[in-house]
Amino acid sequence: MATATTPAPRKSLWQKHAFFERNSIWLIIGILLVISVGGLVEIVPLFYLKSTIEKVSGVRPWTPLELAGRNIYVREGCYNCHSQMIRPLRDEVERYGHYSLAAESMYDRPFQWGSKRTGPDLARVGGKYSDEWQRQHLADPRSVVPGSIMPGYPFLAESRLEAADIGQDMKVNALYGVPYTEEMIAAAAADLRTQATTDAADAEALQQRYPGAQIRDFDGNLAFVSEADALIAYLQALGTMVDFKLYDDKANIR
Amino acid sequence: MRQSATGGAPDPVGVPRQISKSLTFGEGGLVASLVLLAFASLTVASGAETAAYAFHAWLTVLASLAAVFVIISHHVERPAALPAREVDGRPNYNFGPVKFATVAAMFWGIAGFLVGVIIAFQLAFPALNFDLPWTAFGRLRPLHTSAVIFAFGGNVLIGTSFYVVQRTCHARLAGYLAPWFVVLGYNFFILIAGTGYLLGITQGKEYAEPEWYADLWLTVVWVTYLLVFLGTIWRRREPHIYVANWFYLAFIVTIAVLHLGNNASVPVSIYSPKSYIVWSGVQDAMVQWWYGHNAVGFFLTAGFLAIMYYFIPKRAERPVYSYRLSIVHFWALIFIYIWAGPHHLHYTALPDWAQTLGMTFSIILWMPSWGGMINGLMTLSGAWDKLRTDPVLRMLVVSVAFYGMSTFEGPLMSVKAVNSLSHYTDWTIGHVHSGALGWVAYISFGAIYCLVPWLWNKRELYSLKLVNWHFWISTLGIVFYISAMWVAGILQGLMWRAYTSLGFLEYSFIETVEAMHPFYVIRAIGGVLFLIGALIMAFNLWMTVRSPSAEPAVSLARNPAFLPAE
Repeated sequence: MATATTPAPRKSLWQKHAFFERNSIWLIIGILLVISVGGLVEIVPLFYLKSTIEKVSGVRPWTPLELAGRNIYVREGCYNCHSQMIRPLRDEVERYGHYSLAAESMYDRPFQWGSKRTGPDLARVGGKYSDEWQRQHLADPRSVVPGSIMPGYPFLAESRLEAADIGQDMKVNALYGVPYTEEMIAAAAADLRTQATTDAADAEALQQRYPGAQIRDFDGNLAFVSEADALIAYLQALGTMVDFKLYDDKANIR
Repeated sequence: MRQSATGGAPDPVGVPRQISKSLTFGEGGLVASLVLLAFASLTVASGAETAAYAFHAWLTVLASLAAVFVIISHHVERPAALPAREVDGRPNYNFGPVKFATVAAMFWGIAGFLVGVIIAFQLAFPALNFDLPWTAFGRLRPLHTSAVIFAFGGNVLIGTSFYVVQRTCHARLAGYLAPWFVVLGYNFFILIAGTGYLLGITQGKEYAEPEWYADLWLTVVWVTYLLVFLGTIWRRREPHIYVANWFYLAFIVTIAVLHLGNNASVPVSIYSPKSYIVWSGVQDAMVQWWYGHNAVGFFLTAGFLAIMYYFIPKRAERPVYSYRLSIVHFWALIFIYIWAGPHHLHYTALPDWAQTLGMTFSIILWMPSWGGMINGLMTLSGAWDKLRTDPVLRMLVVSVAFYGMSTFEGPLMSVKAVNSLSHYTDWTIGHVHSGALGWVAYISFGAIYCLVPWLWNKRELYSLKLVNWHFWISTLGIVFYISAMWVAGILQGLMWRAYTSLGFLEYSFIETVEAMHPFYVIRAIGGVLFLIGALIMAFNLWMTVRSPSAEPAVSLARNPAFLPAE
């Protein structure tokens, strides 16, 4: 090899490198050791340092309907253009609301903080617009925001939500420690229907299982539970769980 | 594709010489595994919860059965002995898989650039989303990123690594079917991933969108890739492993670690394409960008530095500038890169200590990056005049210059104060593309321009003039692209934080979106130019392959670091 045979004076450190150049297995072990350090130092402490996730009250797991809506959000790749992470900068806090807490996405699999704001941040979009606005905006964004460059998603309101097995999804999440109880999982399919209807009999039980859950017909069509129902339910819940009138940010300075 | 072994050839690949032909362990094992896979996929297809998933299952059934058919028919046709490792004392190189990967790289490259152009126009003219699920930006953007990074870049990496490892080790590629399994299996992964995005199957993690079953398949392919690469290194005639191969090894090994770490998930059921990732929230964010940034560091940097370390010395007919620099920057680069992930999460809910570590190491990373650039550029010393006459070498060298530029810009953007402006804007997109188009694509183009005449036994490319056209058209495209994105990104970042004299935010969000329009149009035009360049290249390569072969077919050079390709 041209480079490897460059003569080196005596037994220099450079010559010792030949050990790695001659032994592929040691080269691999060397590579593995060297690349492990950074990842271990930066990732592992996040799992045991208590300061990583703030102590707040109000954050609950997604309801079955919201979870199904979140899966549609992921499926359509909304994260490609919308972040869900408000930075503690003056303009962002004024534009979008209180900066995002780690606690607010602690049940999010995958996280959807995003990396690009082709559209605005959605971390606190919940409650900002009416269901009717969301519905119209999803179906035809330029009908409500003329300068928008968002794709239209008219098919969401027309598609029946395929989420009969949403309990199975919750089971997997429970496996990781998301506090879905057996009762919640058993009632999943029923809860999903209940949340997307008005005047359902078991609305109160749903409220008890998921405090603060918004229960109504989100897509304005009672005939069936649509994908728009689920997505709007999710959007309307985003960023609404923590009551920032009660939240003490001094207590969680990290 | 497959050379027959002569009677006097030494023993083939680990199989005792036999008079009668029998299935090798590899043939038998692969056929059995593929039949099992076909049955498993059939079961899944019968109970699949979604039509899209059933489609993937059927695709797997068909692909496995087709592979079984091909393996058996090749077995029937092939001579009793497998291809010899050496013929007349020279390595009997196996270039079939390299050729396939080269063609696949060009195909996926053009497809990926085309999708990029489409989504660029969608951002300028949203009607082009057509209100359909499978044509919306949100599904096409991952298709673009995966097509260019994993399909185009991945095929370039696999193809060149299989070429370089054989040449620098003076040995035939290890394995009989294994190299083919790697290239075909990898491209099948691409097919599953890409069609999945269009049909709405995604994990929703950037640059790691493929779902659990595609990830599992990729793991099998990747382990085989490592074994083929290592197995070839073990056959080397040289005591030392050439520097390009260190980088290839670091790329293969680290991508395996990152892939496993970032895709740890549990499927809802085997009948469902949906899975949930083990990590959540802030930890998932950290793991994702540990993966995401090192996909840049090891896939798009280490792997392509390996290409630089082989193809630039070869094309310039000069040895690598500094052996010591290559040692220092190799270890420094792979050590420091891993730390840089958190700079994607500045000012987020990731704890500050992690952000600070990420920023610090990102700035340090500037040094080993430029170490690599200097080693590549200075290899030209004594041969700078060739830049005037050889557009292929020019492409290779300009790619290293772009590498230097984007590895300066990266550390700059990782500084928190800068990042508070640049993050979430198109500045990031511009930065990525100065690296992706200028560095990754250019070094790939240069390598492919070198490879095609070597692989197909041609004296030279069909037309160097066309290479020149490709170079200038696509360079103009890159300049359009990145300057438009710089202006767009900085403009939007400044508009977001602009205040009126009364202390109110000056612009609504939609005003900042509307301000982007002219730059999105310019960017799309830049993309069109880049695509035109690639089409010229494809034509040039096609004509090269069709041109008459050079007479002395065999090995062009014994020592690839020194001898010219001609």
